[in-house]
Amino acid sequence: MSACMVKKVIISMRSQDQLTMKKIEAIIQPHKLEDVKEALKSIGVDGMTISEVRGHGRQKGHKEVYRGMEYQVDLLPKVKIELVVPDQRSAEVIQTVVNSARTGKIGDGKVFVFDVAEAIRIRNEDRGDGAL
Amino acid sequence: MPQRLWLALFVPMLALAQAAPPTAETRIANLETAVKSAQSAGDNAWMLVSAALVLMMTGPGLALFYGGLVRRKNVLGTMMHSFVLMALVTVIWAIVGYSLAFGEGMPILGDLRYLFLNGVGSAPNPDYAGTIPQQTFMVYQLMFAIITPALISGAFAERMKFSAMLLFTTLWMFVVYFPLAHMVWGKGGLLNAFLGGKIPCFDFAGGTVVHISSGVSALICALYLGRRQGYGIESMKPHNIVISVIGACLLWVGWFGFNAGSALGASSLATSAFVATHFATAAAVLGWMLAEWIRNGKPSVLGAISGAVAGLVAITPASGFVKPFPALLIGFLAGIVCFLMVTVVKSRFSYDDSLDAFGVHGIGGTLGALLTGVFATSAVNDGLKDSSGKVLPLGLVDGQAGQVLNQAIAVLISWGFAIVGTLIVLKICDVVLGVRVSKEDELEGLDVSMHGEEGYNFDA
Repeated sequence: MSACMVKKVIISMRSQDQLTMKKIEAIIQPHKLEDVKEALKSIGVDGMTISEVRGHGRQKGHKEVYRGMEYQVDLLPKVKIELVVPDQRSAEVIQTVVNSARTGKIGDGKVFVFDVAEAIRIRNEDRGDGAL
Repeated sequence: MPQRLWLALFVPMLALAQAAPPTAETRIANLETAVKSAQSAGDNAWMLVSAALVLMMTGPGLALFYGGLVRRKNVLGTMMHSFVLMALVTVIWAIVGYSLAFGEGMPILGDLRYLFLNGVGSAPNPDYAGTIPQQTFMVYQLMFAIITPALISGAFAERMKFSAMLLFTTLWMFVVYFPLAHMVWGKGGLLNAFLGGKIPCFDFAGGTVVHISSGVSALICALYLGRRQGYGIESMKPHNIVISVIGACLLWVGWFGFNAGSALGASSLATSAFVATHFATAAAVLGWMLAEWIRNGKPSVLGAISGAVAGLVAITPASGFVKPFPALLIGFLAGIVCFLMVTVVKSRFSYDDSLDAFGVHGIGGTLGALLTGVFATSAVNDGLKDSSGKVLPLGLVDGQAGQVLNQAIAVLISWGFAIVGTLIVLKICDVVLGVRVSKEDELEGLDVSMHGEEGYNFDA
């Protein structure tokens, strides 16, 4: 019991030493998801979270007509990828995402990068980049 | 002794000869009975199938068609409008509805001779259909009575109280449907061309009784209830056009029962009506699609299926009177006219007929009823005869220009009945129950606020 407590304290101290993770949030075209996933896998990134979202940047939407009722649809379907990587890998990962998600047309999406304060694996409470 | 022997041989032989070959009269009588029962079996089989097909138009046909066109929060409420009428109208029909529509009574309403279906059994009613049990005729006509008020529900979808809708339909059947059905199809009805009506109108399967009555009543409902909350501001896109496509296809198939079944037998007239129905529908799909393509730049699926329904509606009164090519023309025109109605005219007047019950059924029905007067021909339907049995000409193509006027009068009477009747019934419902749901209930959606459930529980 007490050994376990000691281990926890050590881990959390270590994670405070290394505040060196980045969260990469990429909003991409839904049809590029497979390409991005493949590209990330090929550089050894295998954890990520995906959500189906809707949004728009400077891209214009499209018109839909239902029996004469016109709707300007400007919130378009997008996919949001969230992944957290150790700081030293972030540049490479970001470049991989950008390259694989690009079609060169308007509406390709954006990538945002955040500092991550802490990461905890729920199963065993690993912390820091060891939890990634 | 030999004489006796001779007699003893002869007498049994004589008896045998008498028993074996029946007289010619008996054989003919037997044959007649057999032929009659064979025809009755054939006609009855087709009419029972037709009755089932027409029920299928309401559920699932119309329920899916309308259900897909509303927003997700109202899908059950909208489907329930169709489904519950399969039950409610049936009970009213059994108690008194059939009698008021088809009992021989005054020119505008039947009497109570068939109250509680009294006397409606296996014997045919030769006034209506001489080769099928009257019970088959009764249940077939019931299916028409079910779908008519269900069609109206497209106009008040997404905002009418369920209780008010039940009361509305019940009263509407008595004030509008039973009188109109009696006038056009009942013996002695004012507009019945075939059974002694003063103003002979041709309405084979219900252009006036079903489609004008429901479509015009729908417009009155839309105007009376007012627009949905957020109409023109927030999105009211159909939530699932996929199920609407399935519904429209079921309507198309079910309509063969509706129109070809209206021949009331498995006759060549049924075939003719079947063909006319199919041809008109096909042409209407193309008519709507073309008009939309030219005007909006894209041919939508919703447009194509709406065109199909418009064509089915327009050919309904004409189906048993016109040849295939006029049917194509009627359908094509209906596709274009109804498209203009639900796009240009509706947006100009800005009334909220949620699912276009008026634009499709009211206008398509009116167009069809008028064109029936133009294209009806005795070459297709020789049912109209003078007292000497001579077949009479029918429409303008037969040289009877006056028939177009008769049709127009019938259309006006149907419009008048529908407008006045629906206004009275709505007013009563409004005073007794209130017709419209509260703003909160409407925003929440009728599925939860009226029925306490949701159509799609993806997390369940």
